[in-house]
Amino acid sequence: MLAKRIIPCLDIDRGRVVKGVKFEDVQDAGDPVEVARKYDAQGADELVFLDITASVDDRPTLFQTVEAVASQIYIPLTVGGGVRSCADVRALLSAGADKVSINTSAVENPDFVTEAGDRYGVQCIVVAIDAKRVNKKKEPPRWEVFTHGGRRATGLDAIEWAKTMVRKGAGELLVTSIDRDGTKSGYDNELLAAISASVSVPLIASGGVGDLEHLYQGLATGGADAVLAASIFHQGTYTVGEAKQYLAGKGVRIRL
Amino acid sequence: MASVGIIDYGMGNLHSLGKALERVAGGTRVVTSYDPEVLLKCDRLVLPGVGGVRECMRELQRLELNQMVIEAARKKPMLGICLGMQVFLEWSDENGGVPALGLFPGKVTRFPDPPEDGGADRLKVPHMGWNRVHQTRAHPLWEGVPDDAWFYFVHSYHAEPACPDHVLGTSDYTKTFACALARDNLVAFQFHPEKSQNAGMTLLANFVQWDP
Repeated sequence: MLAKRIIPCLDIDRGRVVKGVKFEDVQDAGDPVEVARKYDAQGADELVFLDITASVDDRPTLFQTVEAVASQIYIPLTVGGGVRSCADVRALLSAGADKVSINTSAVENPDFVTEAGDRYGVQCIVVAIDAKRVNKKKEPPRWEVFTHGGRRATGLDAIEWAKTMVRKGAGELLVTSIDRDGTKSGYDNELLAAISASVSVPLIASGGVGDLEHLYQGLATGGADAVLAASIFHQGTYTVGEAKQYLAGKGVRIRL
Repeated sequence: MASVGIIDYGMGNLHSLGKALERVAGGTRVVTSYDPEVLLKCDRLVLPGVGGVRECMRELQRLELNQMVIEAARKKPMLGICLGMQVFLEWSDENGGVPALGLFPGKVTRFPDPPEDGGADRLKVPHMGWNRVHQTRAHPLWEGVPDDAWFYFVHSYHAEPACPDHVLGTSDYTKTFACALARDNLVAFQFHPEKSQNAGMTLLANFVQWDP
């Protein structure tokens, strides 16, 4: 049977891996090829690159980075950040990405997801959903979709939006809890479970991992098919291999 | 100089396949082309593919590659990957049903959709991620690849070959399905060797060396 996937996420700014807390205090964390190679050697099942470069003028740098990594790393590579058109999708796929992640532009134009999926296959279209709890205390849980790095509210209900995106052709969903991102307090498993039960495509959990039990809970309680984490791997708290051993010890089916 | 040709009919990402083949090619030249004449001069061919089968068959026909593939299949070592494997069969149920190349008897069918309210543990479609491949018989391409090794899959449809002798390997997802086929000078994988780290590199290296 299929293994659950462990996915390190790398933030890329002008061709370098950077790390920071909630887009602040961004520090250089190395050469993308070196970092990708390290995670590959540790047994990462996939890699996600998020381009956080502000300027579109720096876009060619991203393509060069993707090309350099894809020519050396033989595991799937997803690239997101600023994907706005089929031309962007094609450029990233030609540079060597296996999947592209679409976020803000899916909200602005849901048909873009359909168009990209029809043209390049739904298996390479990941829709990223940034969700925030908006219910008042004692109300049933409710989450709203935010865009622009969590700054802009959309008025969309996250569960309904997830269903819409799958209907529109998303092959996979990457769900980030804005409340948990950077907190190291674990995924929002209630959010994950609600989405996982509502859609038929694989779900990647994101936002909030501080220890290995959080990864387990994302799979066991959240029902995710893959778990994404950044800082626990970048800061060297755990290797991907340690994470996999931990999960395997808990009875999760893992590629070791 | 020996050469391996990647059949480029405009669908999907050939970058990683090309790079992976170059890495294992040794003295073999890697050629990526949509020109039937260029491809027919190559010693061996790879038919990759992602996307939908209707578009795939349409593009193969438009570029006059379907006849080239059928002709090459009579004599050259040829490898089909993912959708490239699926079009080796006679028929695919995808896109309302599409006749394919017919190099292997049998058809391609969809995994059953998970129930809407089946909970988080139900098996989702596409089958996406790493799964084990069980080798059902010996073959030169399995040389150095451990049985039940992990390979990377992304697909919603799978082959149902009519001839059990053609099955080279199986995987389990909702059921046991054929994920590797072989006969004579043809071999086909549903998974992506170019995305399957060391085990995948070994398979590609074996294909480049294969002398059926």
